Amino acid sequence: MLHLDRLTLTSGTFRLTADWHANPGDRIAILGPSGGGKSTLLSAIAGFLTPTAGRITWQGRDITATPPGDRPVSILFQDQNLFPHLTVARNLALGLSPTLRMAPGDAVRIEQALARTGLAGLGDRRLATLSGGQQGRVALARALLRAKPILLLDEPFAALGPALKSDMLTLLTDIATQTHALTLLVTHDPADARAFAPLTVLVTDGIAHPPTATIPLLNNPPPALAAYLGS
Amino acid sequence: MARRPFPLIVPALSLALLALVLGPVAVLLAQPGAAAAAPDWAALRFTVLQATLSALASVTLAIPLARALARRRFPGRAAVITTLGAPFLLPVIVAVLGLLAVFGRTGWANQVLEAIGLPPVSIYGLHGVVLAHVFLNMPLATRMILSGWQAIPAERFRLASSLGFGPADTLRHIEAPMLRAVLPGAALVIFTVCLSSFAIALTLGGGPGATTVELAIYQSLRFQFDLPAAARLALLQCALCAVAFLAATRLAMPPAFGPGLDRTGGPPAPGGWHRVADATVIGASLTFILAPLAAIILRGLPGLTSLPPEVWTAAARSLATALPATILTTTLALTLALAHARGSRLPAIAATLPLAVSSLVLGTGLFLALRPFVPPTSLALPVTIAVNALAALPFAFRILAPQAKSLHDDYHRLATSLNLSPAARLRWLILPRLARPTGFAAGLAAALAMGDLGVIALFADGHSATLPLTIHRLMGAYRMDDAAAAALLLVTLSFALFWAFDTMGRHAAP
Repeated sequence: MLHLDRLTLTSGTFRLTADWHANPGDRIAILGPSGGGKSTLLSAIAGFLTPTAGRITWQGRDITATPPGDRPVSILFQDQNLFPHLTVARNLALGLSPTLRMAPGDAVRIEQALARTGLAGLGDRRLATLSGGQQGRVALARALLRAKPILLLDEPFAALGPALKSDMLTLLTDIATQTHALTLLVTHDPADARAFAPLTVLVTDGIAHPPTATIPLLNNPPPALAAYLGS
Repeated sequence: MARRPFPLIVPALSLALLALVLGPVAVLLAQPGAAAAAPDWAALRFTVLQATLSALASVTLAIPLARALARRRFPGRAAVITTLGAPFLLPVIVAVLGLLAVFGRTGWANQVLEAIGLPPVSIYGLHGVVLAHVFLNMPLATRMILSGWQAIPAERFRLASSLGFGPADTLRHIEAPMLRAVLPGAALVIFTVCLSSFAIALTLGGGPGATTVELAIYQSLRFQFDLPAAARLALLQCALCAVAFLAATRLAMPPAFGPGLDRTGGPPAPGGWHRVADATVIGASLTFILAPLAAIILRGLPGLTSLPPEVWTAAARSLATALPATILTTTLALTLALAHARGSRLPAIAATLPLAVSSLVLGTGLFLALRPFVPPTSLALPVTIAVNALAALPFAFRILAPQAKSLHDDYHRLATSLNLSPAARLRWLILPRLARPTGFAAGLAAALAMGDLGVIALFADGHSATLPLTIHRLMGAYRMDDAAAAALLLVTLSFALFWAFDTMGRHAAP
């Protein structure tokens, strides 16, 4: 269980609080106006922002001070998710083993992940030669290989068109189900939340509210969400 | 938050560098009688005078050339701009030999003057020193001013032409403000470079009327063996450079022009006599830059096959000092640039400080520090390696720092979230992404070390002369054909080293 225990995050004059928990395998959308603190929340869980108060625990273990690379977390950012000068396979290999060594069997696992994400045969291509949709698939393939218990996504597909984005969310659902990862997806689009996430965290007015069921929330929005949705 | 593998390396390295730069200065200060007597006013006056004239002349000549290059498009324009980078890599002694062949007593210029019945000009003394400085620095000034011109958004020029501005109006309202912002910085950089002029003063100056402080240091140390006088002069030079260095850090270099959407356009290119004038300016400047190089090639080529053996030994020695200096400079610059990108402040100070002390000042300090323990001449080559590595460090750091910063901004988060090991970061991220600027910086460091004629002159004995020093000795013995051939060898080696490192970087880059 991921527990955000009376968490306070500050960045300049901006302040965000969160006090809730989420279970392994949950798929949660993080919804709210831009500048509301959605990315800030993800940064703190990933370990790039130290909380000013409170604790973050995973399965009872305090990870508040754990360095980002040692957390049970994979994160996809809005951009710069991959190394454009390396091949697809090398990008995946660095996700598996952050040292220079590859374990026996890694190559096979990489091939399988490529096939699984519709990238079969593209392992030797340089990343910069891939389309935006293919790059999104590589990033998801890496998350699949890493199979960390928490998967964080900070609008990595925002630049894709509607059809491609829908493909990505389908693939993401597959991967989240297969790895049984707790998945938090930041989005500003309520349709993403409906498509992907049974649960939604609403981030407004400096508070990341506890997860609630997505469909009832969107059908019957509280005033702050209604103002954002314009309905 | 991210763990550093060796957290103390960068501070230790920075402090060691500061000690290496400031230690010799402390030795100079401790020299008995060094701080007491009156400074050498004649050397000080000449140093400041020649540096001022050189800076003003370089910048004045660079303005029309930069404008012509900014507003004209012609085949070979890119090659012309590349050529403007050559004098920075050109060994000073080679430049001097080339200028002698063109402007010397029996040079091309005097032959032309004689043919049309005019009195000959002399290249020695103040105007020779200034001429050589202009030759070496005018191209640098041109590139700085040209980038100022290119930074003016094309929309400004479009607006100007829609308002019916003529060339004079454009100059007054758009170009003059840019020049006011760029020229002081360009002039100050050249002034600072010329303050530490040694090799040019050594070859074209000299005597009571044309001795720079750097040359006076060398003379006190090598000929009069007056150590307190050398220390006193070195401190004077140190103060001079420090003032110029501080002034340079206070002067903002890039002009604050608004961002332009369209970067392909340039200033309007008026026709008529403006066109002829621009062509003349470009042609004359190219002739001025290329004639001395052509002279070296023409004069040196026949003797290349019959070079005396000591030239080849000296060339090997030069390579043996330039390569370690290059590796040192590049490693230091890369390490410090990466630390700078992570937000530490000390590395930038450590990497820039060598600009504030000339290599002769460092050399004099080291000479005095070593003398009680070993004969300084026995350490000529190690000291040359160290001082040349330091001298090139500020340039290499300036090339690498912005690129290291954007690498850090773009990929630090990703590398950290993947928990990449230091070795994996270096192998898969830093080396490939920074290969291009690293190769360029290494090439620059190699060419500068190869051509240096400074500290080696202080330390060398009969057995440790590098190629530039050997050329100087050949000139002193009036063996001008051998000198020209050796100079051709030197310039070939310098440019080849630059090209090799730069190409390696390009090939390693993704």
